[in-house]
Amino acid sequence: MTDAPITTRGLDHYFGLGDARKQAIFDINLDIARGSLTVLMGPSGSGKTTLLTLIGCLREVKDGHVQVLNNDLNGASEAVLVDLRRRLGFIFQAHNLHESLTATQNVLMGLQVHGSGNAVKQRKAAHHILDLLGLADRRNYLPGNLSGGQKQRVAVARALVSNPEIILADEPTAALDKESGHTVVQMLKSLGKIRGTTTVMVTHDPRILEMADRIITLEDGRIVMDKLQ
Amino acid sequence: MTLLFGRLPIGWLQLTHSRGRFFAAVAGVAFANLLVFMQLGIMGALNSSTEAPYAMLNADIILSSKDGNTLTDGGHIPRTRMFQALGVAGVTEGTPLFIGNLPFTLDDGSSVSLLSFGMDVTKPHFAGQAIAPLLENLNIESTVLLDEGTRGMPALVIDDLMEGGRFSFETGGNTLTAVGTMDVGGGFLADGMMIMSDQTFLRAFPNRTSGAPNHILIHIADGVAVDTVVARLTEAIPSSNLRIQSLQASANSDLVYMSTERPTGIIFGFGVFMGVLVGLVIVYQVLSTDVAEHLREYATFKAMGYGQPFFLGIVFEQAIILAVFGFIPGFFVSLGLYAGMVSFTGLPVEMDVNRAILVFFGTLAACSLSGAIATRRLANADPADLF
Repeated sequence: MTDAPITTRGLDHYFGLGDARKQAIFDINLDIARGSLTVLMGPSGSGKTTLLTLIGCLREVKDGHVQVLNNDLNGASEAVLVDLRRRLGFIFQAHNLHESLTATQNVLMGLQVHGSGNAVKQRKAAHHILDLLGLADRRNYLPGNLSGGQKQRVAVARALVSNPEIILADEPTAALDKESGHTVVQMLKSLGKIRGTTTVMVTHDPRILEMADRIITLEDGRIVMDKLQ
Repeated sequence: MTLLFGRLPIGWLQLTHSRGRFFAAVAGVAFANLLVFMQLGIMGALNSSTEAPYAMLNADIILSSKDGNTLTDGGHIPRTRMFQALGVAGVTEGTPLFIGNLPFTLDDGSSVSLLSFGMDVTKPHFAGQAIAPLLENLNIESTVLLDEGTRGMPALVIDDLMEGGRFSFETGGNTLTAVGTMDVGGGFLADGMMIMSDQTFLRAFPNRTSGAPNHILIHIADGVAVDTVVARLTEAIPSSNLRIQSLQASANSDLVYMSTERPTGIIFGFGVFMGVLVGLVIVYQVLSTDVAEHLREYATFKAMGYGQPFFLGIVFEQAIILAVFGFIPGFFVSLGLYAGMVSFTGLPVEMDVNRAILVFFGTLAACSLSGAIATRRLANADPADLF
């Protein structure tokens, strides 16, 4: 295997048991370079989300190998998986913010997973990233009082605040207008350049495709196209 | 609170996010607390009224009839047992104790029963501290001391007695005169209590004889262990119908009898159980609904790398919050109801610190148990479902 942050070899995945057992992805072999922005495309049911959850340590890898940040996920213990997840940042299609926490508190959750640490510093970091995403005047709002786009930006802030080594995103710009979608992707790209953060993103947004380093197209669980830009 | 947990107080924020439900949950816990407090209060009153008559006595050992259930509910024993007992080494003195119930008709036509104790008033050292000095007043025939808390007795009569007045009343064809009061309080046993000389007792109960008292009280010599004398007495008096025990042991076995064999004790015990059950169900319902409603958020936190201890922490944090916030109003409303019960029934229902502490920790334990059951739902939070 290589020293790429994400590597897959002979990766298969099945859903269901017995007669209902259905293979979702077939023999995926990938090396994703550090600092790159990779887009996964394909029709629904093509297996791109399954691949993303396998890389994100959210599903058990059973057949083949996935190596994330030098850890083989096949047969990895729950403790190793939990530890790895802390080094990843997830941006979901739905914002999945906690309704009882303010914007700042939601972002703090992304920091406190690494331990309580210095509360003042953490709060500063949370405010800083919210400001960068244009939410300076929404810091203490509950999600219920934010618009869809604002919520999604809070979710992005939560994923990025702890400087993850890999960012996994599922249609992150679906709820964003053109401008803030552009801001978010630009941010991910510059994080790749400055910090070497690797981003894997499921999207069909043509505005993003132009900015991607690599576009992988899946169909029926197989890679049908792999284009470097 | 962030400092306390080393993280955001998510359980607290989650609970208080929907005020209405939080309020209902707290009210539920308070209600369960109230149920338990009421049952324990009545049970405590039952216990203290079982023990109350013992405060009138002062003895090391008590000889009773084996077929008796409690101090005030038992058969007779021959007085000769006292003379037999006096022959045993370590026994210094003995005196018979007579107990009976006298009906008494109040002016308004209602009838109350007065539990009457007859004893040798020339031996005040067999009476409890509070009563002993008053016994000399009972040398005069047909005089009694009346319990201050006697139910149905006009307050005027008691006040007058306490100020040195007298109160004559007729019972069973005899006239008795109360010459003073005492504070015993035996709400469950009878409407009130009286103490009188053995002579007055035998006059008031014509069918009783001096040869057959209810109990015999024994004093033992200093420096001898009560158990030793009990053993000697048991050996010296080979009667199959006699129970020989220390006064304390007698009080304890009365308590056991009242709380385990009499339906009242069982009913209140069951009431406590029901209260705890109601609390458990309410808290479980609230916590598991809360977990179910936040499965998506929890799944997100799982994806972010939060482990199981974090989620257990949230649920237990909520359990403890509910316990504490429910206990406080439950406690104060109970105090109010206790006061109400005292004024309506005259039962000695009192809040004692031990009970409050017991119920508080019981509430914590019950809430934690509910929380522990509710955490099983956490397994349903699967981050793979988020995409």
